[in-house]
Amino acid sequence: MSRVVHKFTRTVPTWQPRVTPVDLQQATKEQLEALQVTPSNTKVSAYVLTLAHDVESLKVRSPLFNAIMYDSGGMSRAEREIGALAASMVNRCIYCAAVHADRHAKLEKDTTVTDELFAKGENADLSQRDRAIFDFARKLSEAPTGATEDDMATLREAGLTEEEILDLILSSSLFGWANRLMHVLGDPVREEVPA
Amino acid sequence: MTIYDTTTLGAAGVTGGRVGAAVETRANIMEATQAAEDAVLAPNDPGAFPHPLRAALAARVAALGGEPALAERHAARAGASAALADPAQDGTDQGLSHLVAFVDKVANDTRNIAAEDIAGLQTAGVADADIVRICELVAFVAYQLRVVAGLRLMQGAAA
Repeated sequence: MSRVVHKFTRTVPTWQPRVTPVDLQQATKEQLEALQVTPSNTKVSAYVLTLAHDVESLKVRSPLFNAIMYDSGGMSRAEREIGALAASMVNRCIYCAAVHADRHAKLEKDTTVTDELFAKGENADLSQRDRAIFDFARKLSEAPTGATEDDMATLREAGLTEEEILDLILSSSLFGWANRLMHVLGDPVREEVPA
Repeated sequence: MTIYDTTTLGAAGVTGGRVGAAVETRANIMEATQAAEDAVLAPNDPGAFPHPLRAALAARVAALGGEPALAERHAARAGASAALADPAQDGTDQGLSHLVAFVDKVANDTRNIAAEDIAGLQTAGVADADIVRICELVAFVAYQLRVVAGLRLMQGAAA
């Protein structure tokens, strides 16, 4: 038996699709190419197999995702994870929040920031810089017009460069996309261990 | 085509300057964003959603998100489906009320989407592959309109 996880956690749950994923045995050539299935790599997640229903989007989204989250320069990887986490908390994507809180904690070798955010949400006790980053990403995620010129000024006062601000806009917006796939198309579940 | 010809930078009104200099350091991301737009708005395999309907729904999401310049760009390709770009229309006239209600909820009330919303589409006869397609479309526009809004803020009122 499995149960749906409703509370934010850094322990990544299992993702259970609400639609039937593509069956690898019946996948088209284009799907197999996008999934990068090879004789030595036949393990593909249920999430990716679900997205393979729209293979044209899947093919272009993966490189875009990697560029926004991992390309060098600009904002640090850990701070981009705060942008991702803020969006995931607004949209209550438990799975995305778990993955990206865990990445932040590992990059920083410290769980303080994500512990605070999960315990107190927008009232978390954060550094001036993390506060500015989280608030901007949270407001932009709540509504595209939710972030204001004051929030932009606060980012600059906290010392963010133009390149860092751009990376924050991109990483939090990207999770406006990812959350609308992960949270909509499936449930975060945990296997119940029989007593 | 340069990055300044992409829908996203065009709608944000970024043509160069200080913000353009930052954006040029991420030119690959701007190009990939345009490729993603092409994949959701004009895919080779559109499934149950023809290109004009996709454009209308993208315009609708952008309009509801408060980005008229982006909405206008998508609406230009909506053809016979243009009525659905108007958030005041609920899709009843087109026999698409179930789809329009889902699009609006995914776009604007994401956190409250539940298993029932997907089951409702399945009951209405929407195939699983088409459910994924419509989610990709709405999710992409949710991303795009936030990038547009953020870039406009970067430029400030004087830009």
